[in-house]
Amino acid sequence: MDLKEVDRIVDKYQDEKGSSIAVLQDIQSSCNYLPRDALLRVSQRLGTPLSHLVRIATFYTAFSLEPRGRHLISVCMGTACHVRGGPRILERLERNLAIKSGETTDNFDFTLRTVHCLGACALAPLMVIDGKYFGKMNSNKVGSIMKRYQKQNEEDKKS
Amino acid sequence: MKKIKSPDELEELRRSILDSRDPSEVSVSICRGTGCTASGGETVTTALKDEIQKNGLKEKVQIRITGCHGFCEQGPLVVIQPQGIFYRQVKPEDAKEIVSETLMKGKVCEPLLYRDPVSKERVIQEDEVPFYKQQQRILLKNNGRIDPTNIEDYIALGGYGALVRVLSQMSPEEVIETMKQSGLRGRGGAGFPTGRKWEICRRARGDSKYVICNADEGDPGAFQDRSLLEGNPHSVLEGMLIGAYSIGAREGYIYVRTEYPLAVRNVEIAIRQLKEYGLSGEDILNSGWGFTITVNRGAGAFVCGEETGLLASIEGEVGEPRPRPPYPAERGLWGKPTNINNVKTWASVPVIINRGAKWYSGIGTEKSKGTMIFSLVGKINNTGLVEVPMGITLRELIYTIGGGIPGGKKFKAVQTGGPSGGCIPESLIDLAVDYEQLTRAGSIMGSGGMIVVDEDTCMIDVARYFLDFTMKESCGRCSSCRVGIQLMYQILSDIIEGRGEEGDIELLEEISQAVIDTSLCALGGTAPNPVLTTIRYFRDEYEAHIREIRCPAKACRHLIQYTIDEEKCNGCTRCLRLCPVEAVTGEKKKPHHILQERCTQCGACLEGCRFGAVIIKDRF
Repeated sequence: MDLKEVDRIVDKYQDEKGSSIAVLQDIQSSCNYLPRDALLRVSQRLGTPLSHLVRIATFYTAFSLEPRGRHLISVCMGTACHVRGGPRILERLERNLAIKSGETTDNFDFTLRTVHCLGACALAPLMVIDGKYFGKMNSNKVGSIMKRYQKQNEEDKKS
Repeated sequence: MKKIKSPDELEELRRSILDSRDPSEVSVSICRGTGCTASGGETVTTALKDEIQKNGLKEKVQIRITGCHGFCEQGPLVVIQPQGIFYRQVKPEDAKEIVSETLMKGKVCEPLLYRDPVSKERVIQEDEVPFYKQQQRILLKNNGRIDPTNIEDYIALGGYGALVRVLSQMSPEEVIETMKQSGLRGRGGAGFPTGRKWEICRRARGDSKYVICNADEGDPGAFQDRSLLEGNPHSVLEGMLIGAYSIGAREGYIYVRTEYPLAVRNVEIAIRQLKEYGLSGEDILNSGWGFTITVNRGAGAFVCGEETGLLASIEGEVGEPRPRPPYPAERGLWGKPTNINNVKTWASVPVIINRGAKWYSGIGTEKSKGTMIFSLVGKINNTGLVEVPMGITLRELIYTIGGGIPGGKKFKAVQTGGPSGGCIPESLIDLAVDYEQLTRAGSIMGSGGMIVVDEDTCMIDVARYFLDFTMKESCGRCSSCRVGIQLMYQILSDIIEGRGEEGDIELLEEISQAVIDTSLCALGGTAPNPVLTTIRYFRDEYEAHIREIRCPAKACRHLIQYTIDEEKCNGCTRCLRLCPVEAVTGEKKKPHHILQERCTQCGACLEGCRFGAVIIKDRF
C-alpha cells in the first residue's frame, strides 16, 4: 500500500480521540485488507504499539489480515435466513468454490464469508456478491450465479 | 443556507417551506430502504425517472426517495401522492404504465395494487392494507413521507418543534419529569425507565458529559433501528439533542453497525445539515447551550451492543465489556458520566414532548407504555416491520398483521429478543406482548426481532444456532461464557447428530445456570436463554432426539433420509442433474432412486422436485 495514502488517512482523524479503529476501517476499505506495512506506519504515526493494532484487527470481524479475492461473497446467516435454508446455500458455495467460509480461492477470484443478518429478511435466504443482493435463494440457484461470475472473471483476465 | 438563530426563525422557515409546496402536487415516493433496494428498487427508480423525463413531467412531478415503509415482503414499494396510491412489487417495466396512466391520467394500475389474500379485493391506499391497518405507527409514521437526506422535509412536518419547545419553555428537570411521566422504557431491550436514567446522569458529577445513541443493532432478524436511521434520521437526532440538553451534555455519538452503510450515510448527511442549519454547534436557537454529534462506525462485533463494550469501542479499544457498577451514567465514555439509549428510545422523545406524557402513557399496558417496533421475519407471509402498541397479542401480530404461516404449514414458535431471548410456543399465542410478559415466558423484548418458525423447524437446531452465534461473538474475557457456551454447543451438536445421552438435558440446565450466574456481561448472562426456553417448551423434541434418535421436525440431517416416492416420480431427471454428489440414479421417464450411502442430505433434490416426489423419512 502507498504509505502516503496511509498518512492521508491518519491525518484525516488527527483531531479525534480513539481514532485507531476508524483509521484501520479506512485502510481496510481502500485495500480490502490490512497490509503489514500499512499497520507499521499507523503504529508509528499514532504512537500505538503494533500489537495493539493487531489485537483490534483480530477482534473485529470487519478487518482482514489476508488479502481478499476480487469478489466478496457474503452469505447471510441471520435467524430468518437460517430457518429458511441459509446453511444449504453456504454448503453449496463451499462445494462449488472448494473453499470453506472465511477462505479465499487460490486464484484470488473469490472470498467466501458468512455474515450475521443483513436485515433484508423478506428476501431470506440471501447472499450478497460485491454489494449485489441475491434474494430468495435456493441451493440450486448457486451454480448458475457462480457460473456467471466465473465467466466474467475469465473474460476480465483475457482483456 | 442561513443559520437558524432562534425559535421564530425556525417557524419562519417551516412556513416558507410549506408555502413553497403545493399540497396538490403530484409526487412519486419510492421506498429505498435496504429491503426494497435489494429487491430491485434502484432499477425501478431509474426507470421511473427516465419515463418522467421522457414525458416532459420533470417540472411537474416530484420524485421522493424515502426510507423503509416496513412492508418489505411486497417491495419495491411506490406511493403516488396526493391520492396515496400504493403500488407494490413494482418492476422497471411497470414505469411506463405508472407514468402514462397514473401520473398523466390519474388512473390506478390495478395489477400493481395489493390484493387482500382473504377478501381477494384490491386495495388502493397504503393505510387500508391489512398489514398497516392494525398498526399504530408513531415512530415509523414519517418514514415513507420524507426524503431522509433533506432536513426541510422533516422540518415541514413539524420537525425540531419539540427541540424549540424544550429550549425555550422547559427546564432540564421539567423535560426529565415529562419523560418519567410518559413511562417510556429503554427500547434496547432491558427496559430501564428512560427518565430515571437521564436523571441519574444529570445528577452525576462531571465537568463534561456525553450522550450516545446505540445503533449497534446486532440481533439477527432485527432491523428496525436501521430503518429508522435510514428513513428518518432527524427524529433520532432531535431526541438526542433534547436528551443532551436535559442531562447537560455537550457532545454526542451515534454508534452504528458498519454492516449498515446506508444508515451511516444518511446519518452523516443529517448531521451535516444539522450543523448547516445551526441546530448543532454553539448557542443552539439562542439558548446559550451547544451540542455536537459524531458518527462512529462499529467494526463487526456483536458484544459492542453491550454498553460498556460499546464505550470501549468508541475509545478505540477492543470492545470488551467491563464490570458494572460503576454504571456509564456515573463513569462512562473517557471516564465521564454518559447516557446511552437505543435508536427507538431517542426517536420516541420528540413525539412525547410534542404530544405530551399523558397521551403517550395512554398507549400500551400498565408497566410498558407506548409502541414497539417489531420485525416479523422467518416463516411468515408478511415479512416486515410493524409498529404496534405494547400489549398486543402474539396472535394479532402473527396472524392479523403477519398474515400467518406460508404454505399452509403449522405455526410452531416465535423467537424473540435475538440470541439473548427465547422461544415462545403456540400454547402461549395469546400472550400480550410487553416487557413483563415476555420475561415471564422466559424470553425478553430485546430489540424487537420476532422470528416465526413452523413445524419444519427443529427447536434444538434453533437453540444451537443461537449458541453458535454467541460462541463466535463471545469476547472470551470470562471463562464461564467462553467455555460454558462451547460446552453447551457441543452437547446440542451431539443431540442433533444422534449421539445424545440420558442426562444431557439436565447437564444443559446445570451449565446454563452456571453461565448465567457467573458471566460478566449480558452476552453470557443471557446466552443460555434459547436453550432453557426450548427445554421448557419443547422437552419432547429433546427426548425424541436422545431416546429415539429421531427429529420430529425432520430437519436434522443426521437423523433423516431422503427417498423418492415411486408413484409420484415421473423420471424427469431433474433431481439426478441437481444432485451434487451423484446419489440419484435412474433412467429417463422411470422412477428414480437415491443411493443412501452417497447421499449427504443436502436437500437439493427436494428443493428441485416439481412433483413432490422427494420425501423425508426418519433414518432410524
